[in-house]
Amino acid sequence: MARLRVSVHKFSSCDGCQLALLNRVEEVMRLADRVEFVHFAELGYVDPDAPVDVAFVEGSVSTPEEEIRIRELRKNARTLVTIGACATAGGIQALRNLQTDGREWVAAIYPSPAYVSLLGASHAISRYVAVDLELWGCPVDSRQVFSAIHDLALGVRPLNPGDSVCATCKREANVCVLVAHGEPCMGPVTRSGCGALCPRFGRACYGCYGPSEQVNSVALTQRFASLGLGPEAIARRFLSINNAAGPFAEAGLRAKEPR
Amino acid sequence: MSRKRRRRPVRRTRRAMREISVKVPLLARVEGEGALALTVRDGVIEALQLRIFEPPRLFEKLLEGRSFEEVPDIVARICGICPVAYQMSACHAIEGILGVAPGPWVRRMRRLFYCGEWIESHSLHIHLLAAPDFLGYPSALELAKEHPAIVRRGLALQGLGNDIIRLLGGRSVHPVGARIGGFYHAPDEASVRALRARLDQAAEDAKALVSWTASLPLPATEQVFECVSLRHPDEYPMNEGRIVSNRGLDIAAADFEAEFQERQAAYSTALQCLHRGKPYLVGPLARLNLNADRLPSSVAEHARASGIAFPSYNPFHSVIARAVEIHCAIVEAAALLEGYAVPEQPFAVPSPRPGVGFGCTEAPRGILWHRYELDSAGRVVRARIVPPTSQNQARIEEDLRTELAALGADSTDEALKLRAEAVIRNYDPCISCATHFLNLEVARS
Repeated sequence: MARLRVSVHKFSSCDGCQLALLNRVEEVMRLADRVEFVHFAELGYVDPDAPVDVAFVEGSVSTPEEEIRIRELRKNARTLVTIGACATAGGIQALRNLQTDGREWVAAIYPSPAYVSLLGASHAISRYVAVDLELWGCPVDSRQVFSAIHDLALGVRPLNPGDSVCATCKREANVCVLVAHGEPCMGPVTRSGCGALCPRFGRACYGCYGPSEQVNSVALTQRFASLGLGPEAIARRFLSINNAAGPFAEAGLRAKEPR
Repeated sequence: MSRKRRRRPVRRTRRAMREISVKVPLLARVEGEGALALTVRDGVIEALQLRIFEPPRLFEKLLEGRSFEEVPDIVARICGICPVAYQMSACHAIEGILGVAPGPWVRRMRRLFYCGEWIESHSLHIHLLAAPDFLGYPSALELAKEHPAIVRRGLALQGLGNDIIRLLGGRSVHPVGARIGGFYHAPDEASVRALRARLDQAAEDAKALVSWTASLPLPATEQVFECVSLRHPDEYPMNEGRIVSNRGLDIAAADFEAEFQERQAAYSTALQCLHRGKPYLVGPLARLNLNADRLPSSVAEHARASGIAFPSYNPFHSVIARAVEIHCAIVEAAALLEGYAVPEQPFAVPSPRPGVGFGCTEAPRGILWHRYELDSAGRVVRARIVPPTSQNQARIEEDLRTELAALGADSTDEALKLRAEAVIRNYDPCISCATHFLNLEVARS
């Protein structure tokens, strides 16, 4: 059986999702008879324009150069998989999209803003090209990435469950921080995959895995309000790591402008 | 020089008369995306640019208006490799404003948290990014085929570092355990015992690693540069201390802006942090050069026995300094876990008040400086963050000029390229971090 040709590409991001692989190099080595890394700059393989079976993409599109690069990459990849909140939903840096003019932020930080080549917004990969599989999370979980590689090497469509963090808490028998402690937990509307780390630590989930498949943000907003959170604080809960993901963006903007 | 071969499709080599131009369009084995452009005319380096084309994500602006409680989770996202450093600098700066004193348990656990990050980040750098250079392999996977035990030992240390972070943070990338005032959760005693049981073997592995790095065929060179790091009255510096240098600097974190300025270099559009107009070094070699007397005695003894004397002004000794710091962090972690007990509450409760605060801690790559201004509701009014890589950027370029001139600018393009890449990687530049402050034109052709 021919080895699966895989590439890993970085766009606007913190590098943390590539660590899903770089923190598991022994496992990467065990894949050697089935998987060939064609381009993965941080691991030492540089060939960004090579045709591949699977391209993993970390990061959002936020510069004109990245827009060109993602379109080229799509042509070269049979299957394109986004890893993490930046690639899948635009990332925390998409907060600048909410400004009337994102360039003002550039001008506030850089002495010569003209040198900074940035698009007006930071967007998910799917805004520009078709994406075959979206793995959520900030950061994405190693197990998700490896199981996707295994499945794709076998020619099977990877599973990508969309249930909420609440489901994980129930399975793990965690004490509910929202019900028992009145913490403004995003778990009811957040996709599972992290292992419910925050509730396990007694803290409210902050939504870093993005929206689950069925989001009832109206009910959760009411619940947050009944806990004493004002409109601004509620908006910040939704407009955080995954601020540009549809259901979170809607809920956040709705909270900001109460009727 | 008459070479015009293409080793890899992305590497281009051009030669016009007596002018050579070496371009490395995408640096391999560094964190983030950077490139190098070098022009040599008549055997003299005419232009040298370390280009960073990571797009800025403008964190300083997106922090504005956020509550102080959110800051540790937001700044972690600046860097996937050193999120703990960002969380710690932010916690210290904000606690300074709010007047929170988290107490000795939190202080110990924060140091342990930091030990985990040093072990993880340094092990990753030594084995996956740097070592292939010194032994002549394109990647760690090839290195592992011929030196499996070396790579396996390195990966085990990296895994240990990640597990220490996980103990306190739940996960090693963007951990969720840290909060202003301390930690959300205290590890139970059984988990602590299980971790402690691994540290004696790890310390032996780290010793072997120190000896191994000291035996690597590192280029022999000596350069003149200023080293800047924190210094603590009785500890090897991580979370606390004054900012000092080998040229007499000795200031509090609050005085950073009076001594250090960021400036834009016209040729590359890079924002570089300079100390009174001059390049300087931060990171493991600078720390060790200034704090060798603060190492635990077993670590200092073994470092001496390795045959490399610190202070050292050979930048390539950074890889040994990293190994010594891994050893130091493991010995420290063991000491920090002695007599561990679960506290009644693992955090002090902060309440908002306005003010300005500063935090400076030792990220794996060097001092990471934060400044925050909060309003009376505890919301961020203004933030400024100076990461280690923007501080090292000018020093990297200075080192490249020195090393490439010493190698002989008339060396083959391939030799120049390999040495240049090795020099850059040796600093372990964290380009994702640096880019929130560096603005570089996208010059990809």
